[in-house]
Amino acid sequence: MKELFEHLLYFGVVVSVVGYEIGLWLKKKTNFSLFNPLLIAVIFVMGFLSLFHIQYEAYEESASLLSYLLTPATVCLAVPLYEQLELLKKQYKAILFGVISGMVSGLISIFLLSLLFHLNHTQYVTLLPKSITTAIGMGVSEEIGGNVTITVAAIVVTGILGNVIGEVVLRFFHIKEPIAKGIALGAASHAIGTSKAMEIGEVEGAMSSLSLAITGLLTVIAAPIFANFM
Amino acid sequence: MLEPLFFAFFGRKAPKVKIIKEAFIILAISLVGEILKSLIPLPIPASIYGFVILFVGLYTHMIPLEKVKTTADFLIEIMPLMFIPAAVGLLVSGKALTEILLPFILIVCVSTIIVMGTSGAVTQWSMKGAKAKEESDNEGAI
Repeated sequence: MKELFEHLLYFGVVVSVVGYEIGLWLKKKTNFSLFNPLLIAVIFVMGFLSLFHIQYEAYEESASLLSYLLTPATVCLAVPLYEQLELLKKQYKAILFGVISGMVSGLISIFLLSLLFHLNHTQYVTLLPKSITTAIGMGVSEEIGGNVTITVAAIVVTGILGNVIGEVVLRFFHIKEPIAKGIALGAASHAIGTSKAMEIGEVEGAMSSLSLAITGLLTVIAAPIFANFM
Repeated sequence: MLEPLFFAFFGRKAPKVKIIKEAFIILAISLVGEILKSLIPLPIPASIYGFVILFVGLYTHMIPLEKVKTTADFLIEIMPLMFIPAAVGLLVSGKALTEILLPFILIVCVSTIIVMGTSGAVTQWSMKGAKAKEESDNEGAI
């Protein structure tokens, strides 16, 4: 069985999509926010791999189409943003304030929490780029001397978390403006949060794309500065 | 470029190849992003260069919206699927985490909530400020 899967080109994509469909179905039936399609899909695939003793590398290779499409899909986030151009022009100050304050609060909170938990320098800088999109985060982590594998894990957990609890957190903070919702999701949980924002609405999705791009770019400058603090 | 060939062979308009053209534009921009990434020594990924190029292209009307819209909407719709392989990768990288698992989880959760709350609240608050100012300016004009 194990050998079979390691030679199949399509099982990775099919298993991933089946997991996602199960998640969509559960979400629709129960409307329970923990039944997040992405989360369910990830758990489903993990369970599947463990059950049949399939190596992660074999799955990764046969699901590589999905990862391959990530760059063109991220490029396409410019489309909804362009469609909300008027809103962007009108609210650019609020948007910039929001994105910058989010990024700074993120870096400060990581610094303070790292002090609290007595993390060493490497562990601290590893977590600094956790709120930005994986491709930028890996580069930043490498540059400031972090452990790239753990940075990627932190980025993925941050994204899934934002995708799963985003709506609850926004409700808790009384954030109702679609623009503010989008900015918050993008700033806190990058592209994975943005795919949630896309589900909520067009404005939310567009603003989240913008927010993830600006947060990512500003973190390239800010993270090395924060790295010196500890 | 291929269309005249079609005319020559079939003597009628070429069949619709909308998606091929759209995918070509998007993939070509991704490629340019990749080239920029390899030329510029910054930790900025190809996708962000591409995002900026497509946005500028749309803004300047060099790339008409309807030349990318269908494929872009499709790719964005299926985007959550693209994160599954990386997240399943936690199965492997999770082993590197055991040493700092508890602080790791707490820091990630707390700071994600803080960032979301702060950026959302500040944006909403700044928008209200701008709105109030606009209204008082209008009153002044009247």
